[in-house]
Amino acid sequence: MTFTVADAARTALALVGLFLGLMVVVLFLTWMERKLLARIQQRAGPSLVGPNGLLQPLADAVKLLTKEDLRPAEANRFIFWFAPIAVVLPSFLLWTTIPFAGGLAVRAMELGLIYLIGLSVLEVVGLLLAGWGSASKYSMLGGFRAAAQLVSYEIPIIVVIIAVAVLVQSVDLRHIVAGHTTTIAGRTIAFAGQGGVPLALIMPLGLAIFFIAGLAELGRTPFDIHHAESEVVGGPFVEYSGAHWAAFYLSEYMNTFFISTLAVLLFFGGWSWPSFETLLGATPVWIINALGVAWFLAKVLVVASVIFWFRGTYPRLRIDQLMAFGWQVLVPLSFANLILVAAVVYYGWPIWTLTLISIPVLVGVAWLASRRRADPGKVTTVRMYRRTRRADGEPVLVPNGTPGFANPDEPSTAPSAAPASESAR
Amino acid sequence: MPDAQQSTLDLMLNMGPQHPATHGVFRMELAIDGERIVDVIPHIGYLHRGSEKLCEHEIYSQIITLFDRLDYVANFNNELGLVLAVEKLMGIEVPERASWIRMVLCELNRIASHLLFAGTFGLDAGAITPSLYTFRDREKIQAIFEATSGARMMHNYFRVGGIKEDVAEDFGPRVEKLLGELERGIDEVDRVLSFGDVFLARTKGVGVISGPDAVDWGLSGPALRASNVPYDVRVYEPYCLYDRIEFGVPVGSQGDTWDRYYTRILEMRESVGIVRKCLAAMEPGPIMAQLRRIARPPRGEVYAHAENPRGDFGVYIVSDGGEKPYRLKVRPPSYCNLMALRDLVVGQYVADAVVILGSLDIVLGEVDR
Repeated sequence: MTFTVADAARTALALVGLFLGLMVVVLFLTWMERKLLARIQQRAGPSLVGPNGLLQPLADAVKLLTKEDLRPAEANRFIFWFAPIAVVLPSFLLWTTIPFAGGLAVRAMELGLIYLIGLSVLEVVGLLLAGWGSASKYSMLGGFRAAAQLVSYEIPIIVVIIAVAVLVQSVDLRHIVAGHTTTIAGRTIAFAGQGGVPLALIMPLGLAIFFIAGLAELGRTPFDIHHAESEVVGGPFVEYSGAHWAAFYLSEYMNTFFISTLAVLLFFGGWSWPSFETLLGATPVWIINALGVAWFLAKVLVVASVIFWFRGTYPRLRIDQLMAFGWQVLVPLSFANLILVAAVVYYGWPIWTLTLISIPVLVGVAWLASRRRADPGKVTTVRMYRRTRRADGEPVLVPNGTPGFANPDEPSTAPSAAPASESAR
Repeated sequence: MPDAQQSTLDLMLNMGPQHPATHGVFRMELAIDGERIVDVIPHIGYLHRGSEKLCEHEIYSQIITLFDRLDYVANFNNELGLVLAVEKLMGIEVPERASWIRMVLCELNRIASHLLFAGTFGLDAGAITPSLYTFRDREKIQAIFEATSGARMMHNYFRVGGIKEDVAEDFGPRVEKLLGELERGIDEVDRVLSFGDVFLARTKGVGVISGPDAVDWGLSGPALRASNVPYDVRVYEPYCLYDRIEFGVPVGSQGDTWDRYYTRILEMRESVGIVRKCLAAMEPGPIMAQLRRIARPPRGEVYAHAENPRGDFGVYIVSDGGEKPYRLKVRPPSYCNLMALRDLVVGQYVADAVVILGSLDIVLGEVDR
């Protein structure tokens, strides 16, 4: 393949466009997260800069870029300055292969999924470098936490992505969204694409695993242990300020956007569900594409707002619980999902058998996970005591038989040792 | 490595005095092995102002202002502890109306303090939303305080023998309205935090202290009651008019962080009930006992204590008959509760240390004095 100057210019232009576009998206995402959280928390959120505070992220960016860059005296200079780049670069490069609509990608790759998997693993290196290079114990702890967490949760994500690839028989994102026909070992396999039925309906189990592991991969609540504010203060980023801190921040939001995007591409039909070609009939391609991109972005924002919603709702898991959940629940589940998909594809069963099998599995797991949960009457170990008087008139506290949460069925547990007493006035 | 015998060292992690989880200027020197805590050395004293010594140079009505600054989220309760001690020493009969008002304000302050606790405890566990709900409700209580005493925190409202001035005419209705809002707010926090899976996983069975151990360490207040020791000063040595009204005392059974948390949540509900009963019982009348302008207790010593939001708040005064105390000593519940920290934290994860410290609910103004 020859590579001409025109190609290079086009690619460079596309990269710049992509970068600027991502900047805008990230700024918008930070604004959206703050507004959503504010809504959840009964606050106003940013409201002064621009209409509804829309320009607040811009003001923050200007502030961050003009702030002094500080390096701790003990920090290794090269590692310290290199770490933000090592974090930002992979999270930007991920985007080069993401198709936004039919043919709209900087470089649509046939091995797109493999490229994505390979690059997304790289980010942990940057976090580890930042943690180690800052010469701060909080940073180091945060870096190690990030390494442990990201490496463990890569596995379920990758296995789910493999399951999708097995189902679709392609690792090209365009094929996953829009469908294709391929011949393997003399057998012709046609994947209709997600124009009609998005994969979320076919593989709900895979979607659940992907979303939860994705949250962990992003380090967002309830898996935000590596920059847990109340424990390691800011984790790997604690010593950074100004533009370098902004780089971490940027990469974090690009990743949030990326996981949402991948969820939409893999499970919610990307730009092709509902299919505008079939809806509108003969229409110029650019209109179809524009509608596709708009629809695609809207879906991504919905997924992202679910992620933000989690942040407003959940506390944070502890590291051992997080690792246990990853290795004991998500990894086995993701492999079960892969085996299921492989069986369906190998034996040529109709695709909806996947739905039939994976919905009960999902419900069963959810039921198992929630079995010990949230029945206040069972959970609470706090009982109400009331004051009575002993025979000699001294006040004494005895259990009044009602548990803390209103539950009148609870039998009285007043100890028999408490003397027969008249209640206080 | 020149040394043939290789070994690993514990990492010394300095948590505080500037750390979001230490709730003030408290410093924990943690020795950690991976994420496990091997040892902890607490350092206190960053907020030491010599309050007790200062008290020896002030007349009693001036000491009240110093007491406001001890436990700075339960100011009324502090003031009450002091005036109770002086009144006990002087044998003053406080007018009933003054006592009712004191109880209303103290119980409201207990709610405000526990709200602050519930919010920051959520933050410690990583939940950001409850803190904003609780601060919203706490703000309403502060508004009542401001309307009553003129200040949001440093009230200087209680006096030896009564209170500074009577409450406003609309005090009753305003508090009544507030109580309804508080009940809804407490329910909201309860729903968003108390029984969530992740929250239970983080707090259940973490930082367990048994009842006998809790007594031995001198824990008091909710931290003691969570360990299944039913003790409340308001019941066993009633002050003000607590023996006239009926109220429940929540007592935990496990002694873990969740019990310490939930004991406080239930206590807030009880406090709401207490305030209602106080308002119902309140009748017009004098608010100050007939006294000389400057309180001059007789020669002698006295110890009085009261149930603060954080526990048993005791004040010990030695008087030489002058208008200033000869010696004054405070038993701060936060300080005593903090003593159990090492027992609770060693062997747990770093993240648990944060939650455990939060569940003890210390206020450094009181620890360091």
